[in-house]
Amino acid sequence: MKIVDDSPPILTALDRPNSYIGRAVPRPNIARLTQGRAQYVSDVTLPRMAHVAFVRSPHAHAKINSIDAAAAKKAPGVIAVVTGAELSKMITPWVGVLTHLKGIKSAPQHAIAVDRACWAGEAVCAVVARTRAEAEDGCELVQIDYEELAAVTDPETALDPATPVIHPSLGDNLTFERVHVAGDPDKGFAEADEVIETTFVFGRHTGVTNEPRSIVADWNPGDQRMTVYQGTQAPHMMQNLFAKHLGLQEHQVRVITKDVGGSFGIKVHTYADEMAAVALSKLLRRPIKFVADRIESFVTDIHARDHRVKARIGIKNDGSITAWEIDDLTGIGPYSVYPRTSGIEANQVVNLTGGPYTCGNYKARARVVFQNKNVMCQYRAVGHPIATAVTEGLVELAAAKIGMDPLEIRRRNLIPDDAHPSQGPSGIKYEALSNHEALAHLDAMMNYAGLRAEQERLRKQGIYRGIGFASFVEVTNPSAAFYGVGGARISAQDGATVRLDSTGAIFCHIGVSEQGQGAEAVVAQCVASSFGVPMDKVRVIMGDTDNTPYGGGTWASRAAGIGGEAAWQAGKALRQNVLAVAGSILQAKPETLDISNGVVVDKGSNTERIGLDEVARIAYFRPDTLPAGVQAELVATRHYVPRQWAFSFTNGIQASWLEVDTDSGFVTLLKHWCVEDCGTVINPQLVDEQVRGGVVQGIGAALFEHCQYDARGQLLNGNMADYLVPMAVEMPDIEVGHVVTPTADSELGAKGAGEAGTAGAPGSVMNAINDALRPLGAVPLTDMPFTPDKILRALGKV
Amino acid sequence: MSDLRCDISMTVNGEAVHETVDARQTLVDFLREQLVLTGSHVGCEHGVCGACTVRVNGLIVRGCLMLAAQCEGAKVETIEGVSDTGEIADLQDAFERRNALQCGFCTPGMLLTAQELLASGGVPSREKIREHISGNYCRCTGYHAIVDAIEAVAQARNGVKP
Ligand code: FES
Ligand code: FES
Repeated sequence: MKIVDDSPPILTALDRPNSYIGRAVPRPNIARLTQGRAQYVSDVTLPRMAHVAFVRSPHAHAKINSIDAAAAKKAPGVIAVVTGAELSKMITPWVGVLTHLKGIKSAPQHAIAVDRACWAGEAVCAVVARTRAEAEDGCELVQIDYEELAAVTDPETALDPATPVIHPSLGDNLTFERVHVAGDPDKGFAEADEVIETTFVFGRHTGVTNEPRSIVADWNPGDQRMTVYQGTQAPHMMQNLFAKHLGLQEHQVRVITKDVGGSFGIKVHTYADEMAAVALSKLLRRPIKFVADRIESFVTDIHARDHRVKARIGIKNDGSITAWEIDDLTGIGPYSVYPRTSGIEANQVVNLTGGPYTCGNYKARARVVFQNKNVMCQYRAVGHPIATAVTEGLVELAAAKIGMDPLEIRRRNLIPDDAHPSQGPSGIKYEALSNHEALAHLDAMMNYAGLRAEQERLRKQGIYRGIGFASFVEVTNPSAAFYGVGGARISAQDGATVRLDSTGAIFCHIGVSEQGQGAEAVVAQCVASSFGVPMDKVRVIMGDTDNTPYGGGTWASRAAGIGGEAAWQAGKALRQNVLAVAGSILQAKPETLDISNGVVVDKGSNTERIGLDEVARIAYFRPDTLPAGVQAELVATRHYVPRQWAFSFTNGIQASWLEVDTDSGFVTLLKHWCVEDCGTVINPQLVDEQVRGGVVQGIGAALFEHCQYDARGQLLNGNMADYLVPMAVEMPDIEVGHVVTPTADSELGAKGAGEAGTAGAPGSVMNAINDALRPLGAVPLTDMPFTPDKILRALGKV
Repeated sequence: MSDLRCDISMTVNGEAVHETVDARQTLVDFLREQLVLTGSHVGCEHGVCGACTVRVNGLIVRGCLMLAAQCEGAKVETIEGVSDTGEIADLQDAFERRNALQCGFCTPGMLLTAQELLASGGVPSREKIREHISGNYCRCTGYHAIVDAIEAVAQARNGVKP
């Protein structure tokens, strides 16, 4: 922890009176969640509110010849039936590109399809009714004449001349391509004793937030304002987009985000049906509610991953890695998702592959292609699980090839902890990483040697258990380099406004938002610590564009590192303001005073001088008793954005311990470990639970989750009975350990922790399965999810 | 279609309720929309996620798989009711302290499910706890903290030192 510059040298932030930094305090205000008193958007009801349901294309690609809404319009409860063409008069289409992803292209996407549907599930007509059930009844009566078109579904052939081009005006089905060469990969491969080459496949999967996407849009023609209740991760971004596409000013739009039932990147995008709901509210001049049902979620919530990566690694017999090469192909659906683009993930794969290692001979190509399937975009740990599984899969295959222990090969190749600042093979800049310390910590935590001995012993009894590792680097605390430089109006900075109320408590308004991570707790901890009050005296207000400083919201693990720092700085600034007033009341120099436990004290001795409630009383109600010229400023605002480093790269390592039943192909997870370095740990319990939740999402990708399509672009398992998600009984206990390397970019030194679990889990599970099956001569498994049939096939049993 | 409607009477959280519902209306939609008891949630509407869990005549059921019309004369309890009686106060406290919830959307269903296990007595093993809550989907937590919280309450209720 760094010294806080305005405190005596021996005092650090951790030592400040009332410091909550580093303490596992429970989250304030979560009793409302345990008591069923939360307010999710799906709970919101407004006067005159109507519900919308959408008629969705049954075809992956089809021309819409005509829509006959006559019968639907007469159905009980139906208020309006609106087609894409009709709605396009109210809302303009959008194109999901960013200028810094050179060459990325996409086509205009409408709120409701006009003339043509491009994936099975795209909305082609809206029915608004008194209840959702009546709206759905109405949908059944809409007659649509489709002309089915050839569907592009296989990314491998999407660029073939014989494949139809989905958007003829774009010329081909290539959304984005990036080629990157660093060092001398040809020389690296030539120097290698062994070259291991394989193809990794990552199935499409999706977020399956427990609460489906929900929105209530309320256009009030009386005050010419749109109020949108939305379960979003980025309220200010959505405010900007609603205004832009409805032809309004930003100040005419208010986005309110209260409780959100899970997000994970799913709820940070622009969805056509949500844009439609907002436009319908303006059109019909009344509140419109849309809550996706689970089947709609499967066919419209962004999907994720879907990469095939041809990859090579060169290795010497002494374990040194000599070169990397990847060729990544990913299919993203018919549109690049707005405004973050569907190109960012492949870009991230190029950035992060080989990330924690010294070998800089690296050749990469990534291609992103259009398809007639649901759109694909950023989900938790964008690109990380792909890059990590490819890198770590190659490293363990290489270790097996030369007969080296998998931890030993990492010790020989990971960037030394004292080599920083440094850079990864793709040129990404690291301020400081602790891969070796993390590895050593993991080794001890899991009793690696003991586990290997147990594995050996059990193998003799025909029980096949495996240990797999995955080291990783993780992108957090994004600066403007992520989106701002590409032209997207997504705030990189965040602000916090803190105010002393008349009883001596603090209100903190902040731009980052809460989706269950505990951002509210972290912000309260930061403000309470830097200002000097007990945490129960801090009330945090988030998720309301009318009432919070302009900010980015919560994604890419930015809430603690960026929001927390803004809150910390605002608390400090308010302390100075309050001490200035207290000084004038007490006729003392402000610098001799401090605030501790909600009381103004003499600095050093902690002798009580005056309560904050008394300072507030005088300042607010009896300012006439203050000396002439003293104006109390009991509010302060501070902003923060990382400037020194474009991102805070964090790092860590995971290990999976599992058993494979070689008769059934079933995998039983026995234990999972993750050591992570997120810099200053503001609340260890929250960090641990972020990591655990992330690990389980990564395990889902490794073992269960898969959006399966047929060749005509039909999603075959779009419900929770057929699409498997991790449930408690299949999941292991997960141990979390920490290494702490604070970032010098901020005073708190906090980096993000939200992606770590998801980044490393798929790779470590893959490596553990291959480790378990190695003595049986199984073909290494590299095609996720690793379902029992694939395992039996690798064993040659089916 | 919705032409079939019926009158129903039941007690919900101890209060007598007389309402007219669509025959096709699920119990959870009835509770959420007609009685505005929004503590029970809808995650999947097809019986997989457990977010809609409520108690009918003392047993937990999936509110999305039961029709409101089936609850004629029944005693229905939701998270709001069991919170107000204090029946699960220790469990709620344990969830809050242990951060056994993130977004909280699964939590009402998870708590009612956990309470059913705990009410059967004894201190269940972690495996038993995992098995019992395995019909309740949580996307956020990773389950570990939920198991910890339930285990701690089982121990406390049975006077077992952790
Ligand atoms: S909503 Fe009833 S089980 Fe999912
Ligand atoms: S806490 Fe979000 S689903 Fe369980």
